[in-house]
Parts: sequence; C-alpha cells; structure tokens
Amino acid sequence: MGSVARLDVLPSSRGSGTIGARVKLSLVDVLLAEPEVRLCAVETLRWLARHAGIERAVCAVVDPESGRLTGLTGLGVPSAVVEAFSLDLSDRTHPLVVAMAGSEPIAFHDSGQILPRPFDTPLGKASFHAVPLGSSQQEMGPGLLLLAGAGDGPVSDDVLWAAELLGVRLAALGYRRIQADERRHKRERSLLLAVIHAVTDPILLTDADGRILIANAGAETLLTAGEEKREGWRRAVALNNMLFSASLFTAESGPTRRELLLVDPSEGKELLFEVLSTPVAIRSGENGIVSVLRNVTDLRRATEEIEENYRRLRLAEAATRAERDRLDLILNSVLEPILVTDPAGNIVRMNPPAERMFTLPGRRDGRDGRDGRGSEIERRVQANDAVFTSFVSNLYAGQSLRWRGELNLIDPKTGATIPMEAISGRLVSKHGEETAVVTILHDLTEAMEKAVLYEQVKRHSEELREKVREATAELAGQNELLRRQALELEQASALKSQFLANVSHELRTPLNAIMGYTHLMLEGVSGAVNPAQQDKLSRVDANARHLLAVINDLLDITRIESGKMPVQAERILLSELIDEVMTEVEPVIAGTRLAVTRDLSPDLPEIETDRQKVKQIVLNLLSNALKFTPKGSVAIRLEHHELVGEISIAVTDTGIGIAEENLKTIFEAFEQANSSYARRQGGTGLGLTICRRLASLLDGRIALASRLGEGSTFTLFLPAKSRTA
Amino acid sequence: MTSDNKPAPLVLVVDDVDHGREIFAEYLEFRGFRVATAADGLEAIEKTHELRPDIILMDLSLPGIDGWEATRRLKQDPSTQDIPIIALTAHALASAHDKARAVGCNSVVTKPCLPKDLEQEVRRLLAARPGEAPEEPAQP
Repeated sequence: MGSVARLDVLPSSRGSGTIGARVKLSLVDVLLAEPEVRLCAVETLRWLARHAGIERAVCAVVDPESGRLTGLTGLGVPSAVVEAFSLDLSDRTHPLVVAMAGSEPIAFHDSGQILPRPFDTPLGKASFHAVPLGSSQQEMGPGLLLLAGAGDGPVSDDVLWAAELLGVRLAALGYRRIQADERRHKRERSLLLAVIHAVTDPILLTDADGRILIANAGAETLLTAGEEKREGWRRAVALNNMLFSASLFTAESGPTRRELLLVDPSEGKELLFEVLSTPVAIRSGENGIVSVLRNVTDLRRATEEIEENYRRLRLAEAATRAERDRLDLILNSVLEPILVTDPAGNIVRMNPPAERMFTLPGRRDGRDGRDGRGSEIERRVQANDAVFTSFVSNLYAGQSLRWRGELNLIDPKTGATIPMEAISGRLVSKHGEETAVVTILHDLTEAMEKAVLYEQVKRHSEELREKVREATAELAGQNELLRRQALELEQASALKSQFLANVSHELRTPLNAIMGYTHLMLEGVSGAVNPAQQDKLSRVDANARHLLAVINDLLDITRIESGKMPVQAERILLSELIDEVMTEVEPVIAGTRLAVTRDLSPDLPEIETDRQKVKQIVLNLLSNALKFTPKGSVAIRLEHHELVGEISIAVTDTGIGIAEENLKTIFEAFEQANSSYARRQGGTGLGLTICRRLASLLDGRIALASRLGEGSTFTLFLPAKSRTA
Repeated sequence: MTSDNKPAPLVLVVDDVDHGREIFAEYLEFRGFRVATAADGLEAIEKTHELRPDIILMDLSLPGIDGWEATRRLKQDPSTQDIPIIALTAHALASAHDKARAVGCNSVVTKPCLPKDLEQEVRRLLAARPGEAPEEPAQP
C-alpha cells in the first residue's frame, strides 16, 4: 500500500516472539472453544495482557452493514469509551483506516499531533500500535487491535500471531452472524443500561478490584467527577469512593445489607444510604459486585424524630407522674379535708382527713363495718355526703369561680356536729370547660369557741371601759367642781382684798377731813381756841389716829393674806435695826418710868431678810411691851443659836401678863386679853396677828411665854441665813 | 400776803371732794402760799396751762380724766413737765403709789395727812427745784 509510506510510521514494527508453544496453544484452545465473537476478543486481550505485556487495548471489528469500524471490547479502557469508538472506513485517509488496509502493524506516537490530521483514539494520547486482525492473505481483515504498554519497540511476533489467530477465528465464526449477535447484544445491553439509569437510586457494578464497571446517573453523581468539577466536589467524590470501596470488602461472600454514610458532592451534606450488595459473576472465574444504594437519610431522620418524640413523651409522662405524686403528697399533708369533684358531682379525689369524714372505715381495712356501730357511722357518712353534694351542686349553679360557704358535718366516729367553712374553686380548662371543683374544708369549732370567748372578753372589756369612762367623767366633774370652787375662792379672796382696799380708801377720805379740820382748828387757822376746846379737839385727833392705825393694820393683814406683800430680802445688821427701833420709841419711853435695856450677843452675824418687816415686828412687840407694862422694866435680848441656825429677838416685860387660857388666842385678830385696858392704851387688836403673819412670811415664828401679873416674853425667831454663821 | 417783790409760790390743789380741797387750800393760804384749785383732771390741766403753778397737789381718783392720766399728760408736755407734782391719795396700797410714780409724780402722800406734814413736803419739793434757793413764805 502506497499510502502507508506517507505516514510517519516506525520503520520496523515487527519484533521476534518469545512465548512458548504451550502458551500459544492455550489461546488456541480457548478461542476454538468459544463460539461468541465478543468473548473471543476478550479472551485474546486478556491473553495478551498476561503474556505479552499489553496494559491497555481496544479490539474493534468491521460492521459490513454500516461500513464502520466499531469498538468491541477493551482492556483497561472504560466500556463507554470502547462503545463510543466508531470509525468510517470510507475515510481512506484516516491513519487507522490506512492501518486497517495494511498487513503490518503501525506504531503511533502522540496521535494528537500526527500529520496531516490528528485523531482521537480510545487509548488517548499514549503511544500505541495498530495491529490489523487476520491473515495477510485477506485484503481487509475483520478488525483492528489497538495496543499499548508493550514498550516503544516493535510489536512482537507473539502479538502478531495472536492478532492473526483472532482474525482467523472471527472470520471462521462467520462475519455476518457475529455482527447480528453483536447488535442484539448491544441493544439488550443498552436497554439494560437504560433501565439501570432510569432508577433514581444509585446502582453500580464493580469488579473484584473495586473498579467501577457500570454506574447509573445517581451513582456517577456520588462517585465520579470530571475535571470541570470544583475542588470540594472532587474531594467529596474521592472520599465517597474510599468509603464505598472499603465497604465492598464485606460483600464478597454473599448478599449483604449495610448502611453507608456518604457525602452529597453538590451540597456537602451527609447522606445515609442503605447498600444492598450482591456478588455476581462477570465472566467465568471473575466475580463482580452489584450495589444498590438507597438514600435513607430522610428515613433515618424521621426515625430519629419519632424516637425523640417517644422519648419526650416518656419524660413528660414521668414528669406528670411525679407531679401527681407530689400533688398527692401535698394533699395528704394538709390536715384539713380536701375533696375534688367532677362536673357530675362525684368525688374523685380525697385526702385522708376528707376520707375520715366521707368514707366508711371498713372500706379501707377490709371489714364491711356492718355492726351496730358501723351502720351508725354509715348513716353519718351518708349524711355528710348529702350535705356536701348539696353544697357543690349549689356551686355548679352559680357563676363565680370561687365559692365560700358554711356547712355542718358530723364526725362519723363521735357523732358530734362540726361546723365547717367550705371554700371551693372551679377548675376550668382553656376552652372554658369545667373540669373539676376543688373544695377545702376548715373546722370552725375552735374559731367559733374563740369567737364566743372573744365576745365575752369584748363585753367585759366594754363594761370595764364604761366603768372607767364613768369614773373618769365623775372625776372630771369633781375636778371641774374643785376648779370652780378654787376659782370662786380666788375671786372671793380678790373681791375681799378689793373690798378692803375700797373700804380703806373710803374711810381715809373722811378721816382726812376729820383730822385736817381738827388740825386747822388746833393750829388756830380759824381763830383762837380756848384750852377746854383744845382738849376736846385733841381727843378727836387721838381717836382719828387710832382709827387710822386700825385701818392701816387691816390693810396690812389684807395685803399679807392676798400675797401682795412680797419679801424683799437684803443683808442687814440687827444691831443697827434695833438702834433705829429704839430711836423711834424714844419719845414713848420718855413718857414712862420704865427701865429699857438692850442685851446683844457679840457674835451676831449679818442675816439676810426683809428689813422693813423685821422692824415692823420688833417695833410692834416693843410698843406692846411698853403699853402693857405700868412699872418695872422692858428688856431686848438678841441671841445667835448656831446649832439650829436661828437668831432670836426676845422682848421681855414686867407687865400685866396674859392669863394661861388666853395664850392660845392672843395672836388672833381683835383678841386683847384685857380689852378695856388695851383700849385705853390705843391698841388696835391686830398687832400680834400681823406680827405672827409677817414672821411666817420671813420663815420665822414668834413664841410667847407669859404669866398673868408677872409679865410676858415675846420672842421672834428668824433663820440665820448668813455666810459668816 | 407777802411783802417781798417776788410773789409767793402758787400751789394748785386738785381734788374732787370739796373738803379735801378746802382743808389744804385754807391751810396753805394760811401759811402764806398762793393757792388755786381744780375739781377734776381736765380742769387741772387747763388751770396748769393758764396759771402756771409752782407745784401741784394731785388727787388720784378723779372723775373723767383721773389724777394718773392728768399727771402723765402734764409730764409729757415740755411746757409743764418741770412743775413738781405731789400725788395726794387715800389709796394706801403700794400698787397705787407705784403707778403714780410711774406716770411722773415727784412724790406720793397718803391721806389722811396732817396739813402741816403736807406743807413740809411742798416746801421740800419747791426747794429741790433746779436753781431754786430755799425760800420761806411769810408767816401769817
């Protein structure tokens, strides 16, 4: 063939054979025993792989009907690639068609760059040899072998021998029949593949080494990835392949069912599959495994949810049970009867205190309680039940959620009536439906006893309070009376003082006229008066003076009594005061024949007192002594009594003295022991009264010692309020 | 009544009681004083402004303006406040006396009072006037 020369072919592509006759004979035996075209081709390729170092190969045969060269089987090449291989034999310039026409093998290197036209081959870009099938006598053989892996050197005679043998065998099997079978097989195969691909569950067939022989779309998505897929996708696929291959080892002995966790390459989610693996015979002596994967991720999730729900239900049940147990504990721990009734009025729950009121004791301990006492108890329990039912039915008639009432129950054991306060509450569901009524009973016996006691206490308390109120009112009345009396006394006293002051004023005014006119006449203002007239005018004058003295004394007493004579204390020397008094009474003394003496103790201290009042007292005492002593002496004696802190001023006379029976009254007003004598002496009868009251004002006193006809001693005692004392 | 060129001191005697005025007026005239009289407080004030007496004898209990009030007014008036006033009263209580001194009386004399004692007090006060030389009215 002249066209071969144009190709860039190896000058010598035929090498020498090394395979022994026995081995070759084994291939002859196999091919002679194999009636099928395709399996003959498969056996030949396997033989070449085993004995001639062929690593990858494709066997293509001529289809006379279509005039095309099509792939029949391959070695180390995906079946899809083999099936896809098809070459128009009428394209006589195609390098492989050229190779077809020749009788010698042709070597291709890097077929993609072969000139004048590049072409695709099932073996890719690797170097390979194209070996025509059949004997060199034939013009065109039944097919072509594309072989790779036997090195770059020329094809060995053994290979050529095998190619020729296969070509002869294929020719012997009958060319047309081969093709018909092959087409039928191909149709059945593609139908089968279509069925497989139609299944959404991933299905795949792997060989003993785990290589994928058939995969449907679902399986391809999980386990294959082209170059165009992104990095994550490819990594997911690689991981899936690893996991899947690992799982296959367990499946070789027989059909298995297991779960396998794979990754969805498109979303990265974990998918759980149930894998059914069944070993199948791919060809004689070689087994593969068919695996059907079913996605159970959702199923698993649903199962888990169901399990979770169930678990929760169990927990809720346990919680409810615990809650109910606790409620029981609470109810049972309450000492007061608690009852729960359903909407029909039946008692559905009771705590032990309620049971004692509403159930027969026999029902609990097994006895029927039908002795005499039992039947009595039964009647009481029934009565209680009736009372309670009536109470609750009233409650159902009402609208309020809470109800409070009182009812009388009977203690089943003693028969005693127990007043009870009942508080009921309706339990209403969310839908407003009444589910139960809870009633708690409270024994009012004690409370009522307490109330009675409280009433008694309250009544007594009220009575007591009333008595206290009456007593207080009476006291207030008495106080008011006393206050009024005190006020009246005060007013009376004030009126008395005012009255006396007025009297004094009204007496003084005419007295002033009497004394004034008397004086005018005595002075001779109205002309001369004779001695007899003068004597009578002098008597008028003397009586007017006496009247004035009485008025003055009365006024003094009034002032002392009404507290209008305040004490004006100062430090005084009594010796000086006595001097003054003596000076004042000097004219009186001169008119008598009395011996008046003074005896002053040398240790007399200064005293703090009202000078004027002391002087008035002493003057009065001394005047009295002079008045009531017709003969003898008058002595003034001053002493300091340190032990008792007193100063005494004693006026002693040798006068008429005072009878014993008069000693007690001598200090009272207008009491003069010898009235006629006293009147003659011009006394007012008020002097001693005033003296004693003044002494009292000065925190002092006046003592009297007297004997009728022998004389008297009046002694003024004053407190010695002196720093030097 | 006086031979001196200087007139005798004029005494205004105020008293609502006739004999009260008469006794002292008569006695003081007898003793050489010039005497005027008034029967109530208002008259006393008018006579004081009219006659400008050297000294006033003022009874305290008077109808209308009493002696205390008349004294207070005279002592508040700059034209009369230097005239000595002797309260001459039958009130014997210290409170009445204190009240009299409080309104400006120069001294207080309690009735009944002997005319000669009163004359002594009048002379004492006249002599105590500032710039006044002791002076003896002519004896009758």
